[in-house]
Amino acid sequence: MTATQQPATTDAVVVEQRRWLKWQLYLGFVGLFLGLLMGFLQAMDRTGIDLYDAFQLQTYYQGLTLHAVSLAFVLTFTFANSFLTLTVMRSLDRPMDYTWMIQGSTITAALGVVLAAAAILMNQASVLYTFYSPLQASSLFYLGAVLLVVSTWLVSLNQMLTVRTWRKEHPGERLPLLAFVSLVTFLMWDLASLGVAVEVVVFLLPWSLGITEGVDPLLNRTLFWFTGHPIVYFWLLPAYVSWYMMIPKQVGGKLFSDGVVRGVFILFLLLSTPVGLHHQFTDPGIDEGLKLLHGVFTFGVFFPSVITAFTLMAALEHGGRRAGGKGLLGWILKLPWGDPVVVAQLLAMIGFVLGGATGLLNASSTMNLLIHNTSFVPGHFHLTVGTAVALTIMGVAYWLVPYLTGKPLWGRRLGVLQAWLWLIGVMVFSRGQMAAGIEGQPRRLFTTASAYIDESWEVWNIVAGIGGMIMFVSGVLFFVVIGGTLLQKQRVTVEMPVSECIHDRTETPRWLDRAGLWFVVAVVLVLIAYLPVFITHNYEFNVLPFTLY
Amino acid sequence: MKLQIEKWERWFLYATTVMLVAFLVAIFASIGEAGIHLPTDEDQVDPNLLEFSAYESNPAPFNELGSRPYTGTEDDIEWEVVLLARAWAFTDGEPVDAERGVPIITVPVDTPVEFVVTSVDTVHGILIAEVAVNAMVIPGQITKVVTEFDEPGEYAIICHEFCGLLHHNMYAIVEVVG
Ligand code: HEM
Ligand SMILES: [Cu+2]
Ligand SMILES: [Cu+2]
Repeated sequence: MTATQQPATTDAVVVEQRRWLKWQLYLGFVGLFLGLLMGFLQAMDRTGIDLYDAFQLQTYYQGLTLHAVSLAFVLTFTFANSFLTLTVMRSLDRPMDYTWMIQGSTITAALGVVLAAAAILMNQASVLYTFYSPLQASSLFYLGAVLLVVSTWLVSLNQMLTVRTWRKEHPGERLPLLAFVSLVTFLMWDLASLGVAVEVVVFLLPWSLGITEGVDPLLNRTLFWFTGHPIVYFWLLPAYVSWYMMIPKQVGGKLFSDGVVRGVFILFLLLSTPVGLHHQFTDPGIDEGLKLLHGVFTFGVFFPSVITAFTLMAALEHGGRRAGGKGLLGWILKLPWGDPVVVAQLLAMIGFVLGGATGLLNASSTMNLLIHNTSFVPGHFHLTVGTAVALTIMGVAYWLVPYLTGKPLWGRRLGVLQAWLWLIGVMVFSRGQMAAGIEGQPRRLFTTASAYIDESWEVWNIVAGIGGMIMFVSGVLFFVVIGGTLLQKQRVTVEMPVSECIHDRTETPRWLDRAGLWFVVAVVLVLIAYLPVFITHNYEFNVLPFTLY
Repeated sequence: MKLQIEKWERWFLYATTVMLVAFLVAIFASIGEAGIHLPTDEDQVDPNLLEFSAYESNPAPFNELGSRPYTGTEDDIEWEVVLLARAWAFTDGEPVDAERGVPIITVPVDTPVEFVVTSVDTVHGILIAEVAVNAMVIPGQITKVVTEFDEPGEYAIICHEFCGLLHHNMYAIVEVVG
């Protein structure tokens, strides 16, 4: 950290803020634990073993709702909230402006989790994490979802106000990169989350309370996917923050250029949202031309991903060569393969490369017809969100928990083993899921009970089941390592690693700093992509609720 | 001030651009040449007026369910299959097959067939994986997809969107005859 002396009162504020952020992180771990347990049940189902009774669950779909809500919403949101608040504090070397917003964020997230979990566990919300209407969940579930989203907005607001204050205190200075990427990640999400916010607050919540009678299912799907695609980047960008801003430092290398990183995050801000219709390629009631417009925009998001791959590779190579690596690939061996923090994230990147390649298939409209809603899709996203994101969160936890508790990491070698097991497990799992999907197996399928299992799927389901169990074992090891760490008696001071750039921010053009301006451009792009959809939509709020689960 | 992107990174970006353009061309070619289409904006229907079993008084075209020569106006379609979906069955208006417990729908081989489907309750889907039929069935909307079976035999139409408790049992059989 910098050597500047903070007055004692500031220190006390920082301590208090960190304490709340620590609890928010732990809330995410509760989500991870529940989700992995349900993942285990799903893996068993693939091999023909039905454990739902034994776990006091009514149905497979109840478990699957809990799985995806815990992992895709609770774990990811709370991690982003906690991590990207801490990064702003570190980067600007000051506490956040409003402690109450941090407290509010942790409390609304916790309340949201309690409400949604209660509804799911009472089997009153087994609607899966996409909650397509007119299947109707208990209002508690929708309320829980709203509270979770509100927790993210509080973080974003606090970031904006804190950055504004910092700018006033440092006239003419460039906003440090770490704060910039944290801020832009949340700006992207603010825009993206509007779709689902409108869906739930305006339509689903009043409907579940009996205030309104009918809904428009297609409109709700469109609103859902307005958020449902960019949410992928809200999962991913906190991982990118670690990959860009910390991993180079942790492997002893440097980032090439500050400007390129800013550019990448701005591209994500611009391109994440105006592409949601590519999740609705197979929906009736939406013009094919509009679908193709979104399809073309979708390919644009590939650019920042490619730049990322390139820049990170360069930073890793820089680190490996400084550690004495020689030859074309010799530097790879010199990376810190004994450090679970680094290993988990390097393997997460490998998962992401595999996932990115299969993602291009999803995005091609005509290929999409072969695999949409087949088990190919979960095969794909367990490589992306299930590995690139989840394994990165675990890797970050290996320094973040010591950072927040002052307790040294316990079980480094176990942590390294955990990371490898996860990658091996997910590769086996995804291979099985994808192969069965290409043979036409639908996703969201209680395989043990299904009336129509094709012979060609059976062996691939067993493969997927075995892979899933390996992932589960890896997940248990993660909790062993974290548990062991929390039991440590010693105390250490851990610093947050921050990458340096060879070409630092003084060389970055100023127009790349204008987060607010870029936000406006993003809004314009969203209007271009979505106004025609909402104008041509045939509004009919006449579909009554069903609770068929 | 210029952005610091080294030469090889630039070349990498050019290569990516070329690749993406090739992808896009391939997609549009598959739409233009091979005629592979996505579902598009068709008519709407009020699901509250639909009966699953006593279907004769449903709004058209769901008052005449089943498999028959095409009655519509498109040039390149020769056969049509009109179905209703509900949790957790499809119906073609006929009694289900006594042995299998699901409808068996007969269509001719090598004939362009249009499937016309809507839902009387929640969201469902239709998936016939072998012939790339893959579409959502949404209450209020009419789903139309055209395909052609090259081989006689049995195909499953599977509901591939979660539609409640017995979603994993919802399917029908298409019998393609030569
Ligand atoms: C032990 C590790 C895991 C196992 C064994 C596992 C297994 C599965 C399986 C078999 C499915 C498909 C269910 C179906 O289509 O019927 C599924 C769905 C899903 N998983 Fe996982 N998973 C694991 C970890 C994760 C992680 C870490 C994440 C995200 C961070 C995740 C997110 C999801 C999501 C979003 C779905 C989709 C649910 C739906 O279709 O409604 N999973 N998982
Ligand atoms: Cu169904
Ligand atoms: Cu279904």
